[in-house]
Amino acid sequence: MSLQQALFWIVASLTGLSALMVVLTQNIVRAAAWLLFALAGTAGIYFLLGSDFVGAAQLIVYVGGTLVLVVFGVMLTAQGPFVNLKAGAGEWAFSLLIGIALYATLAVATLATAWPASDPPPADYRSTANVAALGEAFLGIREIAPVGDIPRVYPPRNRTRVSYLLPFEIVSVHLLVVLIGAAYLARAKRRRVVSEAAA
Amino acid sequence: MNGDVGLPAFLLLGALMFVCGAVCMATKRNAIGVLMGVELVLNGANINFVAFAWFNPLFRVEGQVFALFVIVMAAAEAAIALAIVLNFYNNHTSVDVDAAEELKG
Repeated sequence: MSLQQALFWIVASLTGLSALMVVLTQNIVRAAAWLLFALAGTAGIYFLLGSDFVGAAQLIVYVGGTLVLVVFGVMLTAQGPFVNLKAGAGEWAFSLLIGIALYATLAVATLATAWPASDPPPADYRSTANVAALGEAFLGIREIAPVGDIPRVYPPRNRTRVSYLLPFEIVSVHLLVVLIGAAYLARAKRRRVVSEAAA
Repeated sequence: MNGDVGLPAFLLLGALMFVCGAVCMATKRNAIGVLMGVELVLNGANINFVAFAWFNPLFRVEGQVFALFVIVMAAAEAAIALAIVLNFYNNHTSVDVDAAEELKG
């Protein structure tokens, strides 16, 4: 077993176990802690797949931002130190049945499909998937139309520079609008209490 | 490089996270637990994006770009969902999703 294989199985088992424990634990604080491990393990999977920037963004945005938001939500809505909102046994059984059936379907579909043999070329991966290539794709500098064996989909004379600048701008403005809206929605509305205290 | 670990192993891991998120959304009665299920589902999809980006050299940049967009969208979704949950808690003093029944037809 090579080092990469050992790393994959360690990180994948950590991630999968954490994802399972998010479902199985009843305490919402423990679920948040297991979610932290699941998200960090996902970042490790991205690093194993050679996507350095996506892994770093996962660590910064998810583990550092979204999970802190979730933990703050848990703390602000805590009704007691150990409140259990349990679903019924029938709901659990039905959901587990549906989940197992869904996973069996996905697993059979994955294993039965003959994936095209695509060996990742180790020599050029640093020149094609690094942060600079990603930034050039966002800015539309680099010609990133596929150059492989699908010429009918992308005929060479129609090959243009694909830019993700407009989706990037849309997504950033969307994030700004959403954050302003969230701050407006979640603002403290205690006027009645304040007026009673003043009276 | 990941040696002999092939594409199906990553897809199975992504499918496991997706199914865990779906079951989490179905079984949690805490609204924040439902939100955690959504995060798991988005991460499972993201693993598929990055795995396909790695194993298909034609889309090595595109898969990572889509994964980044999904991460940003997930952050926006978490922010707005938590604002809604906090508002709901202010009105109902509970985060039980079964308590939200004013719109029940």
